[in-house]
Amino acid sequence: MPIPVVEGERLDVRKVRERFGPSLVKVKEDRGETFLCVETGRLPEVVGFLKDDPELDYGYFSECVGVDYSAWKHERDLPGRFEVVYNLMSLRHMSRVFVKVAVDDGQSVPSLKHLFLGAEYPEREVQDLFGVVFEGNEAVPGERFLLPDDWVGFPLRKEFPLGGEDVVFALGTTGPAVEDVAAPHAGESFEGKTGTEDVSGR
Amino acid sequence: MDVHSPFMPTTETVFQKTGENTMIVNMGPQHPSTHGVLRVICELEGETIVRAKCVIGYLHTGMEKEAESQTYQKCVVMTDRMDYLNANGNNLAHALAVEKLLGVEVPRRGAYLRVILTELSRVASHCVWLGTHALDLGAMTPFFYIMQEREEVLDMFEMFSGVRMMPSWIVPGGLRGDIPEGFEVKLRAFLADFPTKLQVVEDLLVENPIWKERTQDVGVLTGKEALELGCSGPIARASGVAWDLRKSNPYSCYEEFDFEIPVGEVGDVYDRFLVRIAEMKESCRILQQAIDGLPEGPWNTTDKKVAPPERHELDNSMEAVIHHFKLWTEGYRPPVGEAYAGIEGSKGELGFYVVSDGSNRPYRWHERPSSFMNLKTLEVLAPGRLIADLIAIIGSVDIVLGEIDR
Repeated sequence: MPIPVVEGERLDVRKVRERFGPSLVKVKEDRGETFLCVETGRLPEVVGFLKDDPELDYGYFSECVGVDYSAWKHERDLPGRFEVVYNLMSLRHMSRVFVKVAVDDGQSVPSLKHLFLGAEYPEREVQDLFGVVFEGNEAVPGERFLLPDDWVGFPLRKEFPLGGEDVVFALGTTGPAVEDVAAPHAGESFEGKTGTEDVSGR
Repeated sequence: MDVHSPFMPTTETVFQKTGENTMIVNMGPQHPSTHGVLRVICELEGETIVRAKCVIGYLHTGMEKEAESQTYQKCVVMTDRMDYLNANGNNLAHALAVEKLLGVEVPRRGAYLRVILTELSRVASHCVWLGTHALDLGAMTPFFYIMQEREEVLDMFEMFSGVRMMPSWIVPGGLRGDIPEGFEVKLRAFLADFPTKLQVVEDLLVENPIWKERTQDVGVLTGKEALELGCSGPIARASGVAWDLRKSNPYSCYEEFDFEIPVGEVGDVYDRFLVRIAEMKESCRILQQAIDGLPEGPWNTTDKKVAPPERHELDNSMEAVIHHFKLWTEGYRPPVGEAYAGIEGSKGELGFYVVSDGSNRPYRWHERPSSFMNLKTLEVLAPGRLIADLIAIIGSVDIVLGEIDR
């Protein structure tokens, strides 16, 4: 049973719009999926509403994903460098809704750990790979989640190089310098060439 | 010499004792029952777990980062290496997400072949789970019997792809090829044989008093808790949630098959065991229907911008040569946008979220890993149980570290 459509608008979109008004910045339909773009500060309220409303019943927290839009050349749904996309599902209607918030470098997103305990891991992952901090789900200082504890930087940011760093070996010597390797692109900086930019040799 | 290894245990810094009479015990990452490189730090009071914390990332290889510099076709091979026990399922989820971006439809024969491959993968994955889960709890015999059956499935994978574990056979736009000669005979023989072999293993465990003692009322999870934890698949179903994406949001022609959703009542380790056994039988039913009703016709999409032309077309069509060249040098460029496709993998909801910026490489490429989300249950279920029960719970959650760490 799909989610009811009232006057050409999905019930969940309609209810969120009525309840939150301008905090629902944009509603995007893309290839059959519905994205609710909301103000970052009101995220827990919106998700809590979607979860607790008996008619909507979005009780299944699928995941949350981070995206770094700093190299994006097209139109954006929300202003702000990073987007965090929450994937919720209602088993009453077997329908899915995506809630999007945007956040800039140095800002934080309120955690949803108190609503969905399962949010803890994916939020930690986004924090680890993008550097987006989730308020209420901060990592222990010095502890990384997926990366080794002494790792510096956030690899899924677009400016993070895909290769080209020195490899430190256990005996204290560094590996062969990148320049020394008889490879066609040795010594070439990979800076700024990740993502969808052209990388020579690929 | 100051040798610093990032893999030195830092138990003290991340996990402090909370009680007077407790001790901290580190389990893994080389513990055999953690099925890979999972590390669990437990705070124990006697033999009872007070608190448990999973430490992951030992297998993190940055696949999502790497995908951003690869064309969509090259990303396919990385999906197998995530959940390596259910490689076809990962291929399918990825293919569906990219097809959604492209707006491409796969013909019915292609969809049926995909169903056959993913259901075989599910059976193989559950076979490994059953064998290792029983082995963890001291029952060694089932492992040998059930791994023999898994070999049969892997032989079939080898028949069509030449690879036993990482076929990469399901690609956006269809499949890499049709099933080979002799596959159907082999599959029919397997389907005739497998239920009796499974029954042998099942009989060893279902009424086994030691097995029941170890698994019943251990690690009980309610349906609501499971969903809030992001648990899906057999774990949620064992807790009474009759939800299967193959039924609720059918993809790849699953609406044409007749099968049941096995559901548990208690939500303990034993129920998860029963649900997975029943799922294997349902998979066999689906496989039987799929091979009986396998439609004739093309298995790849007709969109030649996505699927490569057949070999004989290259001899007499310049257009086919151009398509072939463009496809293998440049790939395809999905329109700008984002898409998510979720399937019912062997361990739960398995999805891919792909953002395209209109180029031939994904702007963001992310897997929704089922084991990763299911792993959190371990920290919830362990407190208050004996350390031996933790082994039972890990086995029943059925984790694959390749998928958790990616």
